[in-house]
Amino acid sequence: MLKRVRRRYLALEIEPGVSDSKELMDAIWGAVSKLFGEYGASQTGLALIHYDAERNLAVIRTAHAALSMVSTALASITRIHDKSTAIHILTVSGTIKSLYKRINK
Amino acid sequence: MKKIYVDLHLCPILNDTEQVSRMINKASTFRYSLIAMTLPQKTTEGEIQKVRKICDEAKIDLVTRVDIRPKNPYEIINVLRRLRRKFEIIALICESKNVARQAAKDRRVDLLNFPSFDSHRRFFDAAEAELASNGLASLEIDMNPLLTLEGPARIRLLSNLRREVSIAQKFHVPIVVSSGASDSMLMRKPKELAALTFLFNLNETSATKAVSENPASIVKRNREKLDPRFVAPGIRIIHGGKDC
Repeated sequence: MLKRVRRRYLALEIEPGVSDSKELMDAIWGAVSKLFGEYGASQTGLALIHYDAERNLAVIRTAHAALSMVSTALASITRIHDKSTAIHILTVSGTIKSLYKRINK
Repeated sequence: MKKIYVDLHLCPILNDTEQVSRMINKASTFRYSLIAMTLPQKTTEGEIQKVRKICDEAKIDLVTRVDIRPKNPYEIINVLRRLRRKFEIIALICESKNVARQAAKDRRVDLLNFPSFDSHRRFFDAAEAELASNGLASLEIDMNPLLTLEGPARIRLLSNLRREVSIAQKFHVPIVVSSGASDSMLMRKPKELAALTFLFNLNETSATKAVSENPASIVKRNREKLDPRFVAPGIRIIHGGKDC
């Protein structure tokens, strides 16, 4: 029987913000593959769930096993499109529902 | 018990009050309880008070720190004699092997820091770790170069850090992870600093200790020593006067 994939949802704060979500995801994928290579990046199962440009907030999904790799890569991002940027993890959750509950508190 | 997070290495330009206050406020929002700011050796009490006032407003505790770059072992002894009672944290940037060895031996040195950009001048080997384990010095790892370097330079740095961390753990030398940030955009949350240590094989428990317990214990120990009532470890003057 196929094993169910455990996932983690991360709420991110982007400082000072990016114009569109594609730029953000390119930067995250870039950081992951720079640090862990394409093989490592292929294990992360990264996906963008939601991006709120007004609040500079993003929600991404990753594989539970790759959480430490993704959080390391996120902390290592310093620039997006030649603009000084920092990405901070607000919270991590196992379900989208509880993640939104936490960030909307 | 609530964890205390500490960043022992913030290095803003002190004349730029706006930047200093931005970094302090950011550290406060990142839930750091203690921050150390690198101050010049000739800092006056007035300048320290000015920074302390900003820290008080942001509800964060300021620790005074000085970075020394001595050229030879004799200079270490002279500088330490002059500065030890003036600053709470003394970090030694070891640029030669002689200096590194003397620094590890001297119990007045709190942090051993090595230049990140030159892999040939990272002298943290087994001999250095053994000396440090008998003394009180901890190995400080700045995250700033890890964020700013790219390509082969970062690869070399990571490989050096991995080796140094494994030696430090073998000889029970405490590891302190600091941001080393000169700009607020290079500051990271304590958990993010801990996450970055994944790159040089520091496990989660040790990484959390490196941003909380290890630096906090250095500050606690030094504050106790700088207290006028301190006599020796475990001995304090609790009451003075003629009626004793």
